[in-house]
Amino acid sequence: MTEAMTHNIENRDEFNVEINGTVGKPLIDDPKFTTRNVDVHYGDKQAIFGVDLDVGKNEVLAMIGPSGCGKSTYLRCLNRMNDTIPICKVTGDFKLDGEDIYAKNQDPVLLRSRVGIVFQKPNPFPKSIYDNVAYGARLHGLTSNRAELDDLVEKSLIRAGLFKEVKDDLHKPGTGLSGGQQQRLCIARTIAVDPEVILMDEPTSALDPIATALIEELMIELSGKYTIAIVTHSMQQAARVSSRTAYFHMGKLVEVNDTDSVFTNPEHQLTENYITGRFG
Amino acid sequence: MSTHNTDKIKAKLKKRYAKERRFRAYGIASLAISFLFLLTLMVNIFSTGLPAFQQSYIKLDIHIDAEVLGVTKASDREALFSANYSKLVKGTLKEMFPDAKTRKEKRARNKLVSNSASYDLRDHVIENPELIGTTQSFWFLAKDDVDVYMKGKIDRNLPEDDRRIKDFQLTWIDQLQEEGRLEKRFNTTFFTSGDSREPEQAGIKGALIGSLLTMLVTMALSFPIGVLAAVYLEEFAPQNNRWVDIIEININNLAAVPSIVFGLLGLAVFIALFGVPRSAPLVGGLVLTLMTLPTIIIASRAAIKSVPPSIREAALGLGASKVQTTFGHVVPLAMPGILTGSIIGMAQALGETAPLLMIGMVAFVADVPQGILDPATVMPVQIYLWSDSPERAFTERTSAAIMVLLAFLVVMNFIAVMLRKKFERKW
Ligand SMILES: Nc1ncnc2c1ncn2[C@@H]1O[C@H](COP(=O)(O)OP(=O)(O)OP(=O)(O)O)[C@@H](O)[C@H]1O
Ligand SMILES: [Mg+2]
Repeated sequence: MTEAMTHNIENRDEFNVEINGTVGKPLIDDPKFTTRNVDVHYGDKQAIFGVDLDVGKNEVLAMIGPSGCGKSTYLRCLNRMNDTIPICKVTGDFKLDGEDIYAKNQDPVLLRSRVGIVFQKPNPFPKSIYDNVAYGARLHGLTSNRAELDDLVEKSLIRAGLFKEVKDDLHKPGTGLSGGQQQRLCIARTIAVDPEVILMDEPTSALDPIATALIEELMIELSGKYTIAIVTHSMQQAARVSSRTAYFHMGKLVEVNDTDSVFTNPEHQLTENYITGRFG
Repeated sequence: MSTHNTDKIKAKLKKRYAKERRFRAYGIASLAISFLFLLTLMVNIFSTGLPAFQQSYIKLDIHIDAEVLGVTKASDREALFSANYSKLVKGTLKEMFPDAKTRKEKRARNKLVSNSASYDLRDHVIENPELIGTTQSFWFLAKDDVDVYMKGKIDRNLPEDDRRIKDFQLTWIDQLQEEGRLEKRFNTTFFTSGDSREPEQAGIKGALIGSLLTMLVTMALSFPIGVLAAVYLEEFAPQNNRWVDIIEININNLAAVPSIVFGLLGLAVFIALFGVPRSAPLVGGLVLTLMTLPTIIIASRAAIKSVPPSIREAALGLGASKVQTTFGHVVPLAMPGILTGSIIGMAQALGETAPLLMIGMVAFVADVPQGILDPATVMPVQIYLWSDSPERAFTERTSAAIMVLLAFLVVMNFIAVMLRKKFERKW
C-alpha cells in the first residue's frame, strides 16, 4: 500500500507530459452541441485550453479527469452558468443545434431553460418539495392550471425515483430530506422544466450505492429523450451510463472516444495512467 | 493496557477542566455585573418616574357668575370665549381661604390650582352655557408644588425657609385634604397633551407623536433605499469598478460620521436649499435617514452575502432571471439579517438627539403635531428639555418619559422580532 503510494507520487512528473491536441474522436456527425477553441480564464488564470468537443444527440457523454482539471468549468460553459462568476471569461464557439449560444441576442435565461443543470452539491430551495419541483414550471408558465402542475410535479418526482418516499410530504420543506433525496429532488426539479440537454456535475458524489444506482438508471432512461453530459469521478459510473467518454487533464481535452475503448484500450498515455489509477 | 500517556493526559485534564470552570465563572461574573448595572438603571428610572403617572387634583365649587364673567347673553360665544374665568377661580379660592393677607400669600393662594383651571372652566362653560348662574364642582389640576408635596417629596418637618411650601400653604393643603378636595388620580394629562412650561400640564403625547412620525418617515425612506442599495451593490454592481469601490468606501465612512454632522447637512441641504419646514418630522426623518442608511446598507449587504451561492445557482440554472433570483430567493433568505440591521438602525435613530437639535426640533412645541410638516419634537429631545428644567416636578416626568421611550423601543423590537420569525426558514 505504502509502496504503491510512493510509486504514485513519483509518477507525478507524468503530469508534465506535453499534450498536443486531442486524440480520439471529439467531433461527431449530427451533434447537439458543438464547441470549438474553448478557452476559459478565471482572472489571470487559464482553466480551459483550446477545447474542441461535440456532444451528440441523445447520447450520454461522460467527462472524467483529475480534480481541478476543468471539468466543471467546461460543463458550466454549456448553459452559461459561468456568466454568473464575474472573474470568469469564456471565449470560443458554442453552438446548440447550430445556434450560437453566446451570441449577443441570445438570452441566457432562455438557454438555461433548454439546458438544465444538476449541481454536485444538492441545493434545493428552502421551500416545500412541491414548490421546488414546480418552480421552473411556474417560472416559465409551462402549465395552465393546478391539476396540470400537480401532474407535472408527480411525474417528475416519479422519474427521479423520489415520489414513493415523499408522496405524503409534498408540502414539507425540501431541505428536510436526506442528502440523496435532496439530489433526486434537484434532478426532479430540473427535468420538470423538460430541457433538451441535462448537464450533471458529479450528481451522485454524495449518494449511497442504492441512490446512485437509481440515478444511473434514470440517466440511462432519460438518454433516449435527452442529451446528457455528466462529470464523474467514478470510472465505473462512466462505464455504466455513458456512450462516449472525454478525458480532461489540466484544462486540456486529452482524449475522447467511445466509452468501451477508453476503458479497455486508451489511446493516450495520460488516459491510461488515469484509468489504471496511477495518478489522479 | 493503558500506557504512561494516560496519566499525563489525566493530569492535564484536571487543569483543563479548572480552566473551563474559571472561564465560566468569568462569564457569569460579567453577566452579573451588567445585569446589576441594568437593574440599578431600571430601579432608578422606575422609582423616579412612576409617581409621574399620578397627578393631584383639587375640587373647587365655582359659582359661575355672569356678572364676574362680564357676559350678558349666554348665547354670545365670542363674549363667553374672552370672558375672565381666572377671576372666578381666584374668587372661589379667596372665599375658601380668606386668611391670606400679604401679597405673597395671596399670590400663593392663587397658585394652588394650575392656570389651566380657567381654560378648563371656559371650555366647560362654552359647551354648557345653561350652567351660567349655577354653582358647579370642578376637579382642577393642582399646581406642581402642591403635587410634589402630595407625593411626599417635601418634608414638612424641615425649617420653613428650606421648603418651597410654606406653613400657611400647608394649612390650606391640610384643610383641602380634610374636606376631601385634594386627591391623587391617574395622570391622563401626561398622555394626552403636549409640552408645557407648567409641569402639571406637560405631557408626552406631542413628543411621542413627533417620534412616531419621524420614525415613519425614516423607515419609509431608509428601509427601501438601504435594502435596494445593498442589493444593487451585492448582486448587480460591476465588480472591481472604481466607482463602485468609491461608493463602498464612502458608505463605510458615513457609518462612522458623528451624527451631529448629519444635522448640519440637513440644515444646509434640506432646510436652506430645498426649503423643507424647520422642526418638522419630515426634515427630522430625512436627517435620520441619512444617518441610518449606512447601518442598513452594511447589515443588508452582510445578510445578502451570507445567502449561499448554491441557491442563486439553483434558481439561475432553472432559467430564473437575475432579478427573479434576487428578489425571489436571495432577499427573502437575507430578510432576517436585513431586519435585524434595520431595527438596530431604527433604534439608534429613535434615541438620537444631536442631529435634531441642528434642525430645530429642540424648539418648545406645545401642540401635538398633526402631520409630518407640523413643528414637532421627539422623545429624546423632550427628555433632554425636561431634564434641563428647574421645576422639581419635571424630574419625575423626565424619568416617566424615559419609560415611555423604552416602551416605544420594546414595541418596535417586538414587531421586528415577529417579522423576523415570519421570514426565518430552515435550510
Ligand atoms: N470560481 C472560481 N474562481 C477562480 N478559480 C476557479 C473557480 N472555479 C474553478 N476555478 C479554477 O479552475 C480550475 C478548474 O476548476 P474546476 O472546478 O473546473 O475543476 P474540476 O475538474 O471540476 O475539479 P473537481 O473534480 O475537483 O470538481 C481549478 O484550477 C480551479 O482552481
Ligand atoms: Mg467540479
